[in-house]
Amino acid sequence: MENKQQLTNILAEFIKTVSIHLPDDVEKRIRELASCEKEGLGKDMYGCILDNLALAKKYNRPLCQDTGVLQFFVKVGTKFPLIDCLEECIVEASSYATLNTPLRPNVVEPLGEHNTGNNVGYKAPYIEWELEPGGDGLSVMLYMAGGGCSLPGRSKVLMPLEGVEGVKKYVYETILDWGVNACPPLLVGIGLGTCAATSAMLSKKAILRPIGTHCDNEKGAKLEKELQEELDSIGIAPLGFGGKHSVLAVHVECAGHHPATLGVGITTGCWATRRGEVVIDKDLNARYTMHTVKEGV
Amino acid sequence: MKKIITTPITYDQLKDLNAGDTVYLTGKLATCRDAGHRRVIKENIMPENFDFNGGAIFHAGPIVRTNPDGTFTMISIGPTTSRRMEPAEAEFIEKTGVKMIIGKGGMLGKTTEACKKFGAVHCAFPGGCAIIAADRVKDTYGVEWMDFGMPEALWEMDVEEFGPLIVSIDTKGNNLFENNKVAFSEKVTELKDKL
Ligand code: SF4
Repeated sequence: MENKQQLTNILAEFIKTVSIHLPDDVEKRIRELASCEKEGLGKDMYGCILDNLALAKKYNRPLCQDTGVLQFFVKVGTKFPLIDCLEECIVEASSYATLNTPLRPNVVEPLGEHNTGNNVGYKAPYIEWELEPGGDGLSVMLYMAGGGCSLPGRSKVLMPLEGVEGVKKYVYETILDWGVNACPPLLVGIGLGTCAATSAMLSKKAILRPIGTHCDNEKGAKLEKELQEELDSIGIAPLGFGGKHSVLAVHVECAGHHPATLGVGITTGCWATRRGEVVIDKDLNARYTMHTVKEGV
Repeated sequence: MKKIITTPITYDQLKDLNAGDTVYLTGKLATCRDAGHRRVIKENIMPENFDFNGGAIFHAGPIVRTNPDGTFTMISIGPTTSRRMEPAEAEFIEKTGVKMIIGKGGMLGKTTEACKKFGAVHCAFPGGCAIIAADRVKDTYGVEWMDFGMPEALWEMDVEEFGPLIVSIDTKGNNLFENNKVAFSEKVTELKDKL
């Protein structure tokens, strides 16, 4: 019972931290991009973004008011002592963090639009499970899915003949139509698979990966590099006012696919991409992997 | 020198502004987004304690803490996508006499026309910079339409040098983001041509 409360507290604190502090990789990249804008609105807007990050830390408040819908990606060892009550702890921590950080209560019930008031509702928060046979530890990844940055998301199945050119065209058009309102520079995740659903899932995985890492597949890594340069040449960042870049990074995840289809998924994160991972051992020692801030800050 | 607009806003304060200028707002400001626009346009209902006429609205859904004594603390308040309000904004401007609309990104032709006709402006607040905005809110003195929930309710605030606000639509029919979009589209056409 006590342990259950302890795990809930760890998770609630983790949610709070992710809402206040950008992960190290995102903040580092923003600082790099900011240093490229030497004048005008581009420079001013990055100035605001950096000031905002500092103020959020100072006041201990969510750095953006849209703290999103909470999405958890859980990897749990089958011998983790609290595996049976883990879901309950995540839900309880979500509600607690919402009311006490506080986060914005975003979750509305499906089709009814009624706001539940605590970010908990029918199948919300969103939780994806992965089991680690024999393991006794736990990893919880959190992504705060804001509205503006989720809007560009889409997936489509292309004809294989459309090839890599078709993929690129689809990405350019999506970023042109929807990028400005998603608070660029964007973290762009591209998933390539067989159907709309798996491609979308791969694109989500792509933005959970830290900036600076590359696709394991050689061709995927090449596409990342090309798309990043090409999207940057449009220059929609910062915040649609125009500048030298458009993206924080482009990440591609791909999988062997059906010869008759070429599925493409696109998921975008904003400059305020808030994600993090807490790794917890069987004795409930917790460690953040994407934030240097200490637990309890 | 900071250019400061104060409420009640007159046409004189706005007429020399150009798209791309940076201004700040001092005075009264209310949040109003999707549901609020629907209420004004479709249901013909106005808030009881906030005068839109000569006023300013903010497309935003904040995080607000209600204190034990019933007062409010503005925790975090950044702009939401203004384009979602495009279908209603022109009518909203005409009906209410609102003079400044603040949000994220730009708005389209109908709103641009209405700004010209009724002497109003649309300004963009830097997206995601919600603590900077909260820091400029001196008092959150009221809330109406709480039946919509916290993000959609109409929050009434006193603000001081609220900004930076980048004029995106001025009173002369200029539209910053539409101009930017033309430039971005040209780049995309170039990219496609290279494929
Ligand atoms: S797109 Fe991101 S930074 Fe912009 S308002 Fe939404 S969550 Fe905040």
